[in-house]
Amino acid sequence: MAEAAESPGDPGTATPRPLFAGLSDISISQDIPVEGEITIPMRSRVREFDSSTLNESVQNTIMRDLKAVGKKFMHVLYPRKSNTLLRDWDLWGPLILCVTLALMLQRGSVDSEKDGGPQFAEVFVIIWFGAVTITLNSKLLGGNISFFQSLCVLGYCILPLTVAMLVCRLVLLAELGPINFMVRLFVVIVMFAWSIVASTAFLADSQPPNRKALAVYPVFLFYFVISWMILTFTPQ
Amino acid sequence: MAAADELAFHEFEEATNLLAQTPDAATTRSDQLTPQGHVAVVMDSGGSYGAEDEVESDKAALLQEEKQQPGFWTFGYYQSFFDVDTSQVLDRIKGSLLPRPGHNFVRHHLRNRPDLYGPFWICATLAFVLAITGNLTLVLAQRRDPSIHYSPQFHKVTVAGITIYCYAWLVPLALWGFLRWRRGVRERVGPYTFLETVCVYGYSLFVFIPTVVLWLIPVPWLQWLFGALALALSAAGLVFTLWPVVREDTRLAATVLLSTVVLLHALLAMGCKFYFFQPLPLEHVAPPHQATSQPPNTLPPTLPRSMAT
Repeated sequence: MAEAAESPGDPGTATPRPLFAGLSDISISQDIPVEGEITIPMRSRVREFDSSTLNESVQNTIMRDLKAVGKKFMHVLYPRKSNTLLRDWDLWGPLILCVTLALMLQRGSVDSEKDGGPQFAEVFVIIWFGAVTITLNSKLLGGNISFFQSLCVLGYCILPLTVAMLVCRLVLLAELGPINFMVRLFVVIVMFAWSIVASTAFLADSQPPNRKALAVYPVFLFYFVISWMILTFTPQ
Repeated sequence: MAAADELAFHEFEEATNLLAQTPDAATTRSDQLTPQGHVAVVMDSGGSYGAEDEVESDKAALLQEEKQQPGFWTFGYYQSFFDVDTSQVLDRIKGSLLPRPGHNFVRHHLRNRPDLYGPFWICATLAFVLAITGNLTLVLAQRRDPSIHYSPQFHKVTVAGITIYCYAWLVPLALWGFLRWRRGVRERVGPYTFLETVCVYGYSLFVFIPTVVLWLIPVPWLQWLFGALALALSAAGLVFTLWPVVREDTRLAATVLLSTVVLLHALLAMGCKFYFFQPLPLEHVAPPHQATSQPPNTLPPTLPRSMAT
C-alpha cells in the first residue's frame, strides 16, 4: 500500500513516463483519509457489543428475552396505539402461548372415541397456519406490515384467550351445571373481545381505510374458532 | 437572416403542434384513473380526434395493462386477485344473494375483475360454521336426552373444510374445462375464465352460511324449508350466470350441464345436512334407541343413499 503512494511522486526517473501514469495504481480508500476515520469507531463499537452478548451469562440472556416477552404481554393486556410490538417483534411469546394453549386443550391419550377434542397437533396447526393465512391475506390486500410483525401481533394477542383457558380449567374443577357454563361463556366472550380489540389496535393502521374490514374479518374468525375450542373443552 | 428567421418560425410551429397534441393525452389519462398508473401507455395512444378515440385509447390502455401483468411466480400476480374493496365484496355478496334473471353475476358484479378473497374466506367461514353448528345440535340433543354423551367432535372441522374447499375449487375446474371443450363447437360467446367460475361458485355458497345457522332451530319442516330456499337461491344464481354461455350450445348439452350443476349443488346441501346435523331424539326416548341414533353421524357426505332416508 505504501509503494503505490510513492509511485506518482517519483519525478526524475531514467525512463520518461507519461503524465499521471501512476494514478491508476492508487487505491481510493487511502487517497481519502476520511474514509478510514469513519469506519474505525463503528468497528470497535460493534466488536464491543458482540463480545458483551457472547460472554454474558446464560441467565442474563434468558432474563433479557423474558423481560422483552413480558413487556409485550403488558402491551397486549393494556392495548394502546404503540409500536413496541411491531418494532421489536419476536416469536418467543407466540410460541410459549401456543404451546401452553395446545397442551391445555388436547384430549387425553387414553381417549378411545373418534370424536373428541382437538389433538395437540391440530391446535398447533390451526394457530400457526391460521396466523400465516391471515398475514398472507393482509399482505395480498396491500397492507404495509411485514410478515413476521403480523405473526408476532397475532400470536401475542392469543394471551387473553390463554388466560380464559386457565380460568375455564379452574372453573371446571367445580361441579358442572348451567351456572358453570354461564361463567365460562362470560369469561370466554370477554377475553375474545379483548383479543380482537388488542389485535385491531395494532393491525388496523397497516391497511388502507377502504379495506380495513376485509383485513379484520379473518382475525375475527381466527379468534372465534380458538374461543370455540376453549369453550367446548370438556375434561375426560 | 431571412433563412434563419424562416427556420426559427418553422420549429416554433412544430413545437406548438406537439404541445397541442399532448394536453389531449393528458386529459384522457386523468379521466381514465387507471389503478396502476401506466402513464406511458396513454401518451402513446392518445390522439386529438375526439370522444371515439378516447374510448379506443381506453381499450388500448386496458389491453396493454393486461399484457404487462407480472408472471405467476411473483407476489404481484397474486396481489392482483385481491384488488377489491370492502364495498365491492359486499356488493358481490348482495348480488349472489338476490339473483335476477337478466343479471349475469360475472358481467354485472364481477365486471370481469374476479377476486379470490370472497371465495376463500366464504369457504373458510362456511366450513367452520358447519362444524360449530353441527356440534351445537349435539348440545341441544343432550339437553333433551341426558344419556347422549357430548363431545367436541373436532374431526368434523377437518371433514367440513376438505369437503367445502374441494367442492368450491374442483367443480369450477371441471365446469371450466367442459365449457372450454365445448367452445370449439360454438365459436361465438367466449366462456368465463377459471377465476370467474371459481368466483361465481364461491359467492354462491354464501347463502348457505345463514341457512346453516338457522338449521339450529329444531323444527324439521322449517329446516327443510330453509334448505330448499337456500338451494333455490344459490342454484338460480349459478344457472343465470351460466345461461348466456350455454344457450348457444345444443339443447341436450345445455340441459345436461345445467342439471348437473344444480344436482351437485343439491348433493352438497343434503350431504351437509345429513352429516353435520343429527336428528334430534324424541322427548321420551328409551335407552335401546340411543344406539341407533349414533350411526347417522358417520355417513360420508355424498352418498346418494342418504337422499332416500
